[in-house]
Amino acid sequence: MNRTYELMFIVRPDMTDEDLDKLISTLQSAVPASLGTVKSVEKMGKRRLAYTVRRFNDGIYVLMIVEGGGAAIHELERRLRVTEPVIKFLTVRVDEEQKRLEKIKKLRDAKKKVSGQPAPSAEEGAAVPAAETPASA
Amino acid sequence: MADETRAPEPAASSERPRSEGGRPGGDRPRFGGPGRGPGGPGREGGPGGRKFFRRKKVCKFCVEKIEDINYKDYRLLGQFVAESGKIVPRRLTGVCAPHQHRLSSAIKQARNIALLPFAGRAS
Repeated sequence: MNRTYELMFIVRPDMTDEDLDKLISTLQSAVPASLGTVKSVEKMGKRRLAYTVRRFNDGIYVLMIVEGGGAAIHELERRLRVTEPVIKFLTVRVDEEQKRLEKIKKLRDAKKKVSGQPAPSAEEGAAVPAAETPASA
Repeated sequence: MADETRAPEPAASSERPRSEGGRPGGDRPRFGGPGRGPGGPGREGGPGGRKFFRRKKVCKFCVEKIEDINYKDYRLLGQFVAESGKIVPRRLTGVCAPHQHRLSSAIKQARNIALLPFAGRAS
């Protein structure tokens, strides 16, 4: 399974740093059991929430990138639901989106390398002259 | 026939009684009219009796080649959200349709994770 998920969750603001680390390691330990790997964890710091969630106005945001199947996310979300300090979470599947962005980046890099034209036109339009130049040469 | 500004329509328009009231070009589908596509064909002389032109608005994402519209960059998304928290329609912002879809999904995700409000001013 090579699905990539971004899991962002908000923790109540009165958590200490070490409690937060403990929580994150507990969550991380749940992942390998369901055939997944945690690629990265990023603590995004305390932020003011746009609306009140469970009577909190601030929260500590944590972003976790997980690779694995749906079972890994299912397990993680189950744990997040019962964990008391976590007040909100959101999971987004990002592998398709990343594939699309990679493709666009590749197209753009190829366009820059092949054509020396100063004014880049639209991508589809640029792919055609890029393909035509070797044919005409 | 004085009010017949829609020249390309064949004689069918004179038979339809409801076309009389449609002077500002309301009910006739006209591509390039409400949309602000780049180089819209409705620009030439303005058929259909639109009395004024909106300055041609371009899609910010197409121009700056921003492809990654993420829920995480709330500052970028906040530009397309009104004071009340509502998503601004694309006829006002000039965003093209595929980017508007991605933008609106990103805004909805951001709302769910409390980066943007559902209603009220974004802090």
